[in-house]
Amino acid sequence: MVKNNQDFFDVIVVGGGHAGCEAAAASARMGAKTALLTHKISTIGAMSCNPAIGGLGKGHLVREIDALDGVMAKVIDRAGIQFRMLNASKGPAVRGPRSQADRKLYRESMQAILQSYPNLTLLEGGADDLITKDGKISGVVNGAGQNIPCDCVVLTTGTFLRGLIHRGEEQIPAGRVGEKPTVKLAETLDKLGFPLARLKTGTPARLDGDTINWDVLEVQKPDESPVPFSYMTDQIDVPQIDCHITYTNEKTHQIIRDNLHRAPMYSGQIDGEGPRYCPSIEDKVVRFADKTRHQIFLEPEGLDDSTVYPNGISNALPIEIQIEMLKTIKGLENAKVKEWAYAIEYDYCDPRDLRNTLESKRVKNLFLAGQINGTTGYEEAAAQGLMAGLNAAKQSQAVSHETVEPLILDRAEAYIGVMIDDLISRGAPEPYRMFTSRAEYRLLLRSDNADQRLTDKAINWGCVGVQRQKLWGEKKLALEEARNMVKKLDATPPELIAQGLEINQDGRRRSAFDLLRVPNTKWIDLANVWPEMSEVHPVIQEQIEIDALYEGYMGRQNAEIEAFRKDEALSLPASLDYAQIGGLSNEVRQKLEQVQPATLGAASRIPGVTPAAVIALLRHVKKRAA
Amino acid sequence: MTDNMMTIFALSSAAGKAGVSVIRVSGPKAWDSLKVLASSAKLPAARKTSVISLRHPGTGTEIDQAMVVGFKSPASFTGEDVIEYHCHGSPAVLDELIDVLGGMSDHRLAQHGEFTRRAFDNGKLDLTEAEAIADLIDAETKTQKEQALAQMGGSLSTLYSGWAKDLTKSLAYIETIIDFPDEDVPDEETAKAFPAIQNLIVKIEHHLNDNRRGERLRNGLEIAVIGAPNAGKSSLVNALAQRDVAIVSEMAGTTRDIIEVHLNLGGYPVIISDTAGLRPDQISGAGHDAIELEGIKRALQKAEEADLRILLFDGTASTLDPHTLKLINKDQMVVVNKVDLNPDVKNVVSFHENISPLFISTETSEGLDAFIDSLAEKISSLMKVSRETPSLTRQRHRHHLEDCLSFLHASINQTQPELIAQELRSGINELGRITGRVDVEDLLDVIFRDFCIGK
Repeated sequence: MVKNNQDFFDVIVVGGGHAGCEAAAASARMGAKTALLTHKISTIGAMSCNPAIGGLGKGHLVREIDALDGVMAKVIDRAGIQFRMLNASKGPAVRGPRSQADRKLYRESMQAILQSYPNLTLLEGGADDLITKDGKISGVVNGAGQNIPCDCVVLTTGTFLRGLIHRGEEQIPAGRVGEKPTVKLAETLDKLGFPLARLKTGTPARLDGDTINWDVLEVQKPDESPVPFSYMTDQIDVPQIDCHITYTNEKTHQIIRDNLHRAPMYSGQIDGEGPRYCPSIEDKVVRFADKTRHQIFLEPEGLDDSTVYPNGISNALPIEIQIEMLKTIKGLENAKVKEWAYAIEYDYCDPRDLRNTLESKRVKNLFLAGQINGTTGYEEAAAQGLMAGLNAAKQSQAVSHETVEPLILDRAEAYIGVMIDDLISRGAPEPYRMFTSRAEYRLLLRSDNADQRLTDKAINWGCVGVQRQKLWGEKKLALEEARNMVKKLDATPPELIAQGLEINQDGRRRSAFDLLRVPNTKWIDLANVWPEMSEVHPVIQEQIEIDALYEGYMGRQNAEIEAFRKDEALSLPASLDYAQIGGLSNEVRQKLEQVQPATLGAASRIPGVTPAAVIALLRHVKKRAA
Repeated sequence: MTDNMMTIFALSSAAGKAGVSVIRVSGPKAWDSLKVLASSAKLPAARKTSVISLRHPGTGTEIDQAMVVGFKSPASFTGEDVIEYHCHGSPAVLDELIDVLGGMSDHRLAQHGEFTRRAFDNGKLDLTEAEAIADLIDAETKTQKEQALAQMGGSLSTLYSGWAKDLTKSLAYIETIIDFPDEDVPDEETAKAFPAIQNLIVKIEHHLNDNRRGERLRNGLEIAVIGAPNAGKSSLVNALAQRDVAIVSEMAGTTRDIIEVHLNLGGYPVIISDTAGLRPDQISGAGHDAIELEGIKRALQKAEEADLRILLFDGTASTLDPHTLKLINKDQMVVVNKVDLNPDVKNVVSFHENISPLFISTETSEGLDAFIDSLAEKISSLMKVSRETPSLTRQRHRHHLEDCLSFLHASINQTQPELIAQELRSGINELGRITGRVDVEDLLDVIFRDFCIGK
C-alpha cells in the first residue's frame, strides 16, 4: 500500500561508513529503491582510524567486494597514495594488496560514486528509532522525528552505539572524536531484546608532519608499479609517496609502565574487550615485557595534508603522558599533536543473533553489518555491508519471506563466507579481524582469482553492472583459451632440450602446462618453444602460472571442499527443537539454540559443540530425512 | 519422541547367577521409573546409595531389596540421568525387574554398546576414550586391561592432542610470518619451526614403529609353530595349552590345516597357530597332495605374518629340516624336540651364527619349563606397555598417524610458507581426526600469545 508513496524506500541503510556505503550501493545495484541515512553527507566514506585499505586477508576481502561489483576497490584505486603488495616474495595465495589512502580523496571519491549511483538517495539526519510491525521492519524514524516507511533496514552504526571515548580519567560520550554517539537507536535495540555488549578499540594521536624529523627515519617505499585493487582499474594515476618507520624504546616503555594506573584498560575504567591483534601500546608493553622496542609506521593522511597517523601506538593515556611518551621517540621529539589518542568503547550486537544473510533473527527485514557485529576494519565492514545490502534488496523485492533465495557465499568460495560464518557461529568475543589463516581453503581463495570465484555468481544474483559483465566476459574467454592452449601444446624431451629447457630424457611428451608446474619454469621460457604463447595477455599468463603452481594441491583441497559441502548440504531448520534431540548436553543444546546453525557444518564450527554432538545431530537429521 | 529420548535399560553385569547383578537405566525417565518402583519409599539423593524395596507397580508384590544409586544429568557416565539397581543376582529377580522396566512408558532395552554410545554422544568421551571402553570390556588379560584403562583415562588423547598442540605452535610461527608481514617478526622464525617438526616426526615414527605392540596386545600376539612333519608341533601346542601357566580360553578359527589356540601366557594374550608340516618336495601336487600343498603354502604364509615364529626341529632326524632352516632370520625361537630319544643331539646339532636352540621333549616335558619361561620373556618384550608412552591400539589411529607423518615430511621439504602451512594444517587435521578435535582459534591463540602483533 505504501509502495507507491514517494517517501517509501525498499531499503534504508543507516550509517555512512564503509559498511553503509557498500550496503547502499549493493542494494541499489540490485534495483531496490535505496536510501542512505546518515548524520552528515559530508562525512560519508570517512576513514575514522588508519588511512589505509587492504592487507593480508583484508586485501582479499576488497578484491572479493570488487568481484561482486562493489565500490571499495574502485575508490581506493582513486585515493591510494602508497600501493604495496604485501608478501610479494611469498606465494600468490598469501599476497595481499594494501594501500595508504589520502583521506580526503577517499571520502570525495566515495561520495562522488554514491551520488551518481542509480536508485540511491542520500539522506541527512540520522536515525532515532525503528518502526516494527508484527516483528517486521516497516520504517525508520529520523533525527527530526519523521517516519520514513521502508521494507528493509540495514544498520551500520559502527562505533556510534553508546560510544564512549576514554583518555586517561576523562570520558566523553562520542561516536568518534567530535561526533555525537547514537543513544536512542541503542535504546531501541535494547527494547527489541538485542544481545548488546561492549567492545573497545583505540586510535593513536594524529601528528603534524611538518614537526617530524623525517631525515633520521627509516624509509618505506611504495611498489614500483602499483597493482590496482579493482579488476576494472587499468592503472593507478595517483602520485605515490614514501612512508617512514620509527620505534619506541625503553624510555617510552618506562613512562607507560609508570602510568598504567591512569590507562583506562588497566584502571578498570573500560570493561569492553579489545582486539589482541591491534593492541594498544599499553598492552604491548605489559604483555611483551621483554621486547625492547615496538615499531611505528608513520602514515601520511594525504597528499596535501600534513597530518600523520603513527600506526602502532594507539593508547588511552592522559594527554600529559602522551606528550611525555612522544618526546622519547626518535624523530617525534618535537612533534606537535593535532588530535590526541583515545580508546573508544561501544555497543555491539552479538552476531550469533544473525542469520547467514546478516538478517536479525529477532526482527524480520532488519540487517546488521560492520562494527555493530563486533568486527574491526573497513574491509570487514564493507564486505558485510555488501552482503547485507544485497540480501535486504532481495528480500524487499520478494513476494513473501519464505520465497526468498538468500544470497550466500560459503567458506570454500570466499573470505566473505569465512567471515560471516565465523561471526554467526562463533560470535565476536573480541573485535573480529580477517586473517588468511582463518581460511581453510587458502590456496584456492586468493586475491588474484576473486573474479573467477565470484563474478559469475554475482551476475546471476543480479548485482553486476553492464561494464563489468562485459570486461569479465572477455577475461573469462581469454583464460579459457589460454588454458586450452597450454594443455594442448606439447613436445618431446629432445625437442624441449633443443630449446634450452632442462628435462629428463624419459621419452614422455610434456604439455606447456606440465612444464609450468616445474618450479622456476616461467611462461616466457616456454614462449621460446611455442611463440604463440607470447601473444597471451600478461594478466592471463600470470593466472595460469599460478594455477600451475598450486595444481598439485588442488586435488586434496577439492576433496576437503567436497567433504565440507556435504555437511553444508545437511540443512537444519530454524524451527529445530534441540530439546527433542537426545544425546545433547545442556551446554551444547544452549549453544545450538543460541546460534541456530543453518547447516550441520555450521553446527560443527560452534565452539564447544563436540564431535559427538554433531554425530547426534547428523543422526537426527538423517532419521528425519528418511 | 525420537529414539534418543527413550530411556534405555539393560543388565550391565554378566548374565547368570551371581551375588550381585547390576541393572543400569539411562535416560530422561530413569528417575521416574525408580519412583514408580520404590512406591512410597524416599528416593536417594544423587550419588548416594540407599537400600530400597522395589515393588511391582501392578501387583504391589516385592521384586527385590536392592541397593540403588542415582546420577543426575550431566554428571553421569552417559551424561543422562542414570539409575543403577544393584540387585540380588537371581535370574528370577532380574527377569522380573527387566520385565517391569520394559512396561514403563518411553523405556526400552538398550542395544549392544548403547550406554557407551550415549556417553560419546553427550561429549563425555572422545573417540579414543570410547574405543578404550569397548577394549576394557573385552579385556581378558591384565595387560590388556591396563592398556584399555590408560587409554580410557585419555592417555592416547593426551598424547595426540599434545602433538597437535606442538604442531599448532609450529604452524603459528609460519602463519605469523604470512599474516603479519609488516611486523618485526624475524625471518628466521620460519626455520625455527623446522626442528620442532622434525622432532615430532621422530616421535611419531617411533610411536608407529612399536612393532604393532598396542594392536598386538589388543588382539593377541600371533605365534606360529613351524616345522617338518612329525617334528612334534601339535604336541608342543598341546603341551603349552595344558600347562598351568597357559590357560586355554577359547578355540577358534580351526581351519582345515591351521589350528589356532588362544592362550594367556604370562599375562599376555597370544594366539598360537599349529601349522601343516613342511615337506613340499615329497608330494606330487595332485589329488590329496594338492590339499596338503595348499596347507604348506598357508603354513609358510602364517610364518610370514606371525609376530613370533617357533621353529621346531626333530631331534631324531638325521639332518635339520632345510625348509625350516630357511625360515631362520631374527624374530624366532629355535627349538629342538625329542631330546629324550636322542640326548646326544645337544652336543651334535649346530646352527649358524648366534642361534642358540632350546632343547625339549614334549613327551617327557624335559626342558619345557625353561622353554615356556623364555617364550614368556620374548612375548613380554614384544608387548611391554609403557605407561609414559601409550601404544597404538587401532589400525584407524595408525592410518591417520601415517598420513600425518607424510604431511610433516612434505612440510619440511617446502620452501614457500603457504605450502609449509598447508602441509602442517593437513597434518594437524589428521591428528584431530583421531580424537575428533581441530580448531582454528587454537592457532590464533598461539599467534597472539607468542608474538607481539599489531600496529
